[in-house]
Amino acid sequence: MNIREISSDEIICAVKKLFIDCNYYIGDDIMNALVKARDNEDTQLARDVLTQIIDNDHIAAQEQIPMCQDTGMAVLFVEYGDRVVVDGCGFNAAVEEGVRRAYTDGYLRKSVVSDPVFDRVNTKDNTPPVIHTTIVPGDKIHIVAGGKGFGSENMSAIKMLTPSAGVEGVKKFVLDSVAYAGPNPCPPIVVGVGIGGTFEKAAQLAKKATFRSIASSHPDGRYAALERELLEQINTMGTGPAGLGGKTTALGVNIETYPTHIAGMPVAVNICCHACRHGEVTI
Amino acid sequence: MKKINFPITEEQLGGLRCGDRVLASGYLYTARDAAHKRMFELLQEGKELPIDVKGQTIYYVGAAPAKPGSVIGPCGPTSSYRMDKYAPSLLDRGLKVMVGKGARNDEVISSMVKNKAVYLIAVGGAAALIAKSVKKVDLICYEDLGTEAIYRYEVEDMPLIVAIDSEGRNIYVRE
Ligand code: SF4
Repeated sequence: MNIREISSDEIICAVKKLFIDCNYYIGDDIMNALVKARDNEDTQLARDVLTQIIDNDHIAAQEQIPMCQDTGMAVLFVEYGDRVVVDGCGFNAAVEEGVRRAYTDGYLRKSVVSDPVFDRVNTKDNTPPVIHTTIVPGDKIHIVAGGKGFGSENMSAIKMLTPSAGVEGVKKFVLDSVAYAGPNPCPPIVVGVGIGGTFEKAAQLAKKATFRSIASSHPDGRYAALERELLEQINTMGTGPAGLGGKTTALGVNIETYPTHIAGMPVAVNICCHACRHGEVTI
Repeated sequence: MKKINFPITEEQLGGLRCGDRVLASGYLYTARDAAHKRMFELLQEGKELPIDVKGQTIYYVGAAPAKPGSVIGPCGPTSSYRMDKYAPSLLDRGLKVMVGKGARNDEVISSMVKNKAVYLIAVGGAAALIAKSVKKVDLICYEDLGTEAIYRYEVEDMPLIVAIDSEGRNIYVRE
């Protein structure tokens, strides 16, 4: 069996680029949805808010600065090929160094504190990142990653539904969570829903769902239909852009699923703001 | 669109109505979670605040670093509800304008009505655009807090919306 060696430097550069790019350049999926939403709004206020967001994202790209001051905590989903060896400092340290350089050299805000309760001291380089790694067959490393702002992260929720709750239970929990979030997560939002697995698996799926293009849909037609239905219902709530009223509360709903236990149906809702920053790279 | 100045005059403040869109110029202070916590603790201990908030404006923001050659990095509002616990004691000290994003709780709103103050919002996530209205930045105190330190911004035509006016009308409450 051939083992492939990848240098730490290659990982560092790829991770650095990923975080800088996703903070400066909004995805086409989001930009297209914002423009469509603006044309669809009835009130001047809602259109003005969306225009500001669109202008903002153009300014960020042009001037190569972050679109939002909260450049987030770094989250990475890694598929690590079982025939890869990372030399030098090793994989995790290389990822951490990539994050450090992105946030330092890219003029991103450092928003991470060393301890959640007692010493809330800024680590000054936005490390450590949150890394979810899965070992897969092969000789490549695939990374899906993004910077997660906490205005929207704080509005996320998880619930251990039981099977009898059915699809109606899922819908109710998603809609209730979005209604509760109101104006705080900087609507229009992207709603990531994770269904199945265990308590922590559902939360990971929900986060991963926010890192998927909103122009895509779940491969199973039933879940794809649920994504569309939830989006429609969320947009009848009236929260609107910046929470000031209107037809655009969400730009997209993405669902990710996983098999689960006979007794359970965990559902997690991870809310992301319109500054939905993610990217991917294969090394 | 109305033009207003910070620090705000009583007359301008009284003329602001929920839903008004304004362009603000002048000076404001920045403070978010950590600076509020420190100021709140000082007040509880009966000590003086590092800034005189009387008649002033506080913007809830933690800017991104400035690129060389620019005054400031992206600097959009952070969620205001996290400052709700601390806001009434600052309003009692004469704070007149709060700038942030999102809803406020009932205690803040009644304190605003009592103290004749307003709550304005900037569009969350429009940070690169908002940065264009910031002309000058001075560090005032709590340097150790980094992005959470208290700064004074000089702003020109900063685009804001009146979310809660001095009579308690609230943009987030809709029939
Ligand atoms: S919720 Fe998103 S858009 Fe709003 S301030 Fe936070 S990172 Fe920026």
